[in-house]
Order: sequence, then C-alpha cells, then structure tokens
Amino acid sequence: MAAFEIQTRALTKRFRGGQLAVSSVDLAVPAGAVFGFLGPNGSGKTTTIRMLLGLVFPTAGEISLLGSPMPAAAAAVLPGVGSLVEGPAFHPYLSGRANLARLDAADRRARRRGARSRVQLALERVGLAAAAEKRYRNYSLGMRQRLGIAAALLQPRRLLILDEPTNGLDPQGTREVRHLIAELARDGSTVFVSSHLLSEVEQMCSHVGVMRTGSLVWQGSMTELAAEQRARVSVETADSSLAKAVLADLGLSEIREDVGSASAVIGARRPEDVVVALVAAGVGVRAFTVAKPRLEDVFVQLTGEGFDVSG
Amino acid sequence: MSAAEVLAPAGRTGLGGRLLASELTLILRRRRNQLLLVALAAIPLAIGLATRFAGSAGSRDSVLSGLTNNGVVVGFGTLVAVLPIFLPLVVSVVAGDSVAGEANLGTLRYLLIVPVSRTRLLASKFAALVAWCVLMTAVPALIGLLIGVILFPNAQITVLSGNQIGLADGSARLLVAIGYGALMMIGFAALALFISTLTEVPIAAMATALTLAVVMQVLDLVSALHAIHPWLISHYFFNISDLLRAPVDFSRLQHGALVALGYVLVFWTAAWARLSTKDISS
Ligand SMILES: Nc1ncnc2c1ncn2[C@@H]1O[C@H](COP(=O)(O)OP(=O)(O)O)[C@@H](O)[C@H]1O
Ligand SMILES: [Mg+2]
Repeated sequence: MAAFEIQTRALTKRFRGGQLAVSSVDLAVPAGAVFGFLGPNGSGKTTTIRMLLGLVFPTAGEISLLGSPMPAAAAAVLPGVGSLVEGPAFHPYLSGRANLARLDAADRRARRRGARSRVQLALERVGLAAAAEKRYRNYSLGMRQRLGIAAALLQPRRLLILDEPTNGLDPQGTREVRHLIAELARDGSTVFVSSHLLSEVEQMCSHVGVMRTGSLVWQGSMTELAAEQRARVSVETADSSLAKAVLADLGLSEIREDVGSASAVIGARRPEDVVVALVAAGVGVRAFTVAKPRLEDVFVQLTGEGFDVSG
Repeated sequence: MSAAEVLAPAGRTGLGGRLLASELTLILRRRRNQLLLVALAAIPLAIGLATRFAGSAGSRDSVLSGLTNNGVVVGFGTLVAVLPIFLPLVVSVVAGDSVAGEANLGTLRYLLIVPVSRTRLLASKFAALVAWCVLMTAVPALIGLLIGVILFPNAQITVLSGNQIGLADGSARLLVAIGYGALMMIGFAALALFISTLTEVPIAAMATALTLAVVMQVLDLVSALHAIHPWLISHYFFNISDLLRAPVDFSRLQHGALVALGYVLVFWTAAWARLSTKDISS
C-alpha cells in the first residue's frame, strides 16, 4: 500500500440526480511518478480529483492518499499535497499577492513569520512577481492559471495533483508548466496531472491512466504503453485473401483484411522473410510497409472505438 | 528522497487567529461593506438633525416618544431606527455572502484543501460575523450619542419611568443596549450563515435572510399568531427600551439574550451539519 502515493479501490461517485460520474476506479500512482490522468471532457477526471482531496464524498470505494485514508485523514495528509482543481479560483478584488497571503494565513501549519517570503517565492516560481500587486480580476487566463499553480507551491509538497494545469496557457506558458512539472518530479515530488490532450501526457508523463465515461480503462507506465504500440506489416495486393492466408501461415497475429490489402502485427519476424513468403506464394505485391501505429491509434484500440483523445 | 524531507514541517499548529484576521480583512476591505458602514454611520446624523429641528428623538417610533431630547436618547433612537431593517440588511449581506460567496467564486474548495477543516472554517466565518455585528451596531449608536451630546448638551435625562439619570449612567445604559442589539444581530447572523451554506448563489442567500427578517417582524404583528411569537428573534429587538427605566428590569432583556443564544446554537449547528456533509462541486 505504501508504495503508492495515490491508491483507490472501486472508487465510485453517483451524484444526486443519478449521474454516474466515476465508476469503480482502481487507481495506483507509484511514488516518484509523473502520472498523466487522461480522458475526454466529462469522463470523470475532476470528480475523481475532488474525491481524492475530500471535497466530494465517494458513493462507494476507498481512497488512500500518501498512505492514509481519505477523507478521514485530511488534516494530516493535505498539507503534503498541492492541488489545482478545475481551474484557479481567487477573490477578484484582491491582488494576486493578497490572495496567496490569505491561503497561507488559512494554513495552521504555516507560521506568520516567513509568510511574506513564502508568497514571494511562489510568485517568482511561476513568473508572476511583476504582476503580484494587480487585482486578480485584471489577470489574463494564463496569469490566473499560474497563480493557481503558485498556490499549490506555497509549501514544499510530497504530491501535486494538477487538474488540467495548461488550460488557457499559450504555447510558451505550456512549455513552462511542463518544465515546472519536470523540476518538481526531479526534486522528489510525485505529480498527478490530468489532461484531455494525449500529446501533453506523452511529453511529460512516466505513467498514464485513461478515463472513459467514468471508468479507468487502462493504466500503466509509458514503457508498458510503448509495448502496446506494436509494429504492423501491411501488404497492398489484389489477392488480399491469399495474402491473409500467408500471414497466418507465418504465425503473425491480429490479422486484418481489407479490400486490396492485408495487415498483421509482425512480432519477432523479419520483414524481408514476410516479403519472400508472400512472393513465393504468388501474391502480387503492390506495396509493402512496416509501421508503428500512432500512440493515438493505440489509445483508440485500448479504450474502444470513438474515443476522441484530442477532443 | 524520503517523504519526510519534502513534507511541510509539522511545527506547532496555530490557533487559527491568522485565518480569523484574514476573514475580517476580507470583510472590511470590501468596498460594498465599507459603503454599508458609511450609510449606517449617516443615520444618526439624520436622526440628530431631525430631532433638533422637528421634535422628539422617538417621534418616528412610539417606544421612545415622550422623552426629553439629549445625547443618550439620540443614541437609543438610532438603535431603535436601525434594528428592524438596516442592521438585518447589513448582516444579511455579509453573512449571506460568507459561505455562498466563496462557493460561488470557487475559493471554498481551495480553502478546504489548504487544509482548513470545515468546522474551523465555519467557526472563523462566524467569529468574523460576530465582530461585524458588534461593529455595525456600535458605530451608529455611538455616533448618535456623540451627535446628541453636541446638539443637546443638557446633562440630565428624564427616562421613561419619569426619573432623572446623569449622562454617565445614560451612556452606560446605551452600551448595554448596544451589546444587546449586537447579540440580537448575532443570533440573526447564525440564521443567515446557515442559509448561506444552502446555496452557491450569494445574492439568493442575502435576499432570503433579509426576507426572513422582514417576515418575522410581520408575523410578530399578527396577534392571532401569538403562539409563535416567542420563537421569533425579532420579537425581542425592542426590549432595549427597558434600559430607559429606573430601576432597570433586566428580565425581558435576559429572556431575549437567551433566545439569541439559542438561535446561535441551533443555526450554527445546522450550518455545520450542512457544510460538513456537502459535496463541494463548485
Ligand atoms: N455536481 C455534479 N452534479 C451532477 N453531475 C456532475 C456534477 N459534477 C460533475 N458531474 C458530471 O459528472 C461527469 C464527469 O465530470 P467531470 O469529473 O467534471 O469530468 P472531467 O473533469 O473529466 O471533464 C460529467 O458528466 C458531469 O456532467
Ligand atoms: Mg475537468
């Protein structure tokens, strides 16, 4: 149990009104991971995060956060967790600095002494020091997002839970957030980051969990994911059924046949042997390719048809 | 790296005084609330001038009619004038906003994950409301006293029972009246705080609380409903007039104070029950 910074068992949330937002989710986020929590809008990512943090009470299931049960151990656990939940939220008529000072004041474990420098440090870390005295209502979307991240970084954290942290950021801001996450991970924090963008998860995560309509349909390390990304041979020919039979004779798996082509996962076979076998069997080869599927296609395969990962 | 190295130092945990200070600053720095304070402070000025040029301080209310004009009476007159509507209004606005406003902005979720326990949050919110009630009751009454002393420098006050008391005695009685009025508002604030936990729309909480304050006073006028009158906090607002008799009979004041404390107990507990079981999905 202790090896996982976040672990849930059969975590379920049915909202009043009957909406099943999260359905029997078993998350396991190892210490030191940058865990990408991937899923289209409405798939239950934010609801799961709210339950992890004790904001929303589960209908069923168990949560262990940093090795302690939530929400029972919230007072002991949450000081070690910095979070961004469903976008930033601050008082519009207070400055960025005053907003952070309020959150610092609310923390019983934070002493008055050092409050100024904690706030200043957090602001500098997200590049907001120059705009610190501006009222929050005059912040751009990107500045608001940064202030939200700054709030998560007011204290050193063992775990960061960031719900779509790059939402509303320009490409430059997105790069900075990725950089910040890498830095936090290097310093020993575990990072749990949700996103609806596969490319983003691919670039910064060591692990990934995929949500689809409230269920966790796949989770594992990126290495395991890459293993799912198996190269396929495909041959274009008029005799697609003959080609299919040859591929089957060679012992290839997941054979598919379309009009004018046949394909299969190549596995340990060498492509040149496949070509020889095809030609020997009299298949009229028009084109022959070996290709790794795009990660996106792997996801569609893992999570079912119609899963729009970039949506 | 081990967990201990990156965890925030456990340290001594504070009593939460910093959160209370932050709550008070949040209320007092808000332009809207400052305007409410200024408006309340202007009321005794109007009453003082009207009294000076048009007659008795109590003329708009029978409770105080027939009193001689002087500083203490202007202070009392101000309290009587603000208790039914103005004070419930300023209390409804701030108390209605206190939880619903944070829920509406989304700042509630960020306070809770700091973490601030829901109980401590509600206690801090209520403590700040207590300070607001005291401030909003004391400011107009004390300004009334000041204006009254300037406009009517006669030191002797003829009270409702016909006796005469001095300015010092009268001022002390006004202080007790302020404390009592503030306590009435604190009882009402607990009700408004509870309403504030029921919604994520602050304006709805404010309007509901103020409407309740008015409805309670209307019900109090319907004699057929006398059975419920003892349960209405507004029924006890004007017991402050007992302070203008010599000697003072405190029994009705004590009764009113107990009812206000009952409101605090019941509605703070209700607010706590509501907030601590609520899904924060805003
Ligand atoms: N408070 C709520 N009441 C009812 N349904 C909700 C509530 N919050 C979220 N939902 C529903 O739960 C589902 C999951 O939402 P959410 O967790 O926000 O998804 P995501 O963060 O992946 O976009 C959605 O269908 C949403 O409409
Ligand atoms: Mg979301």
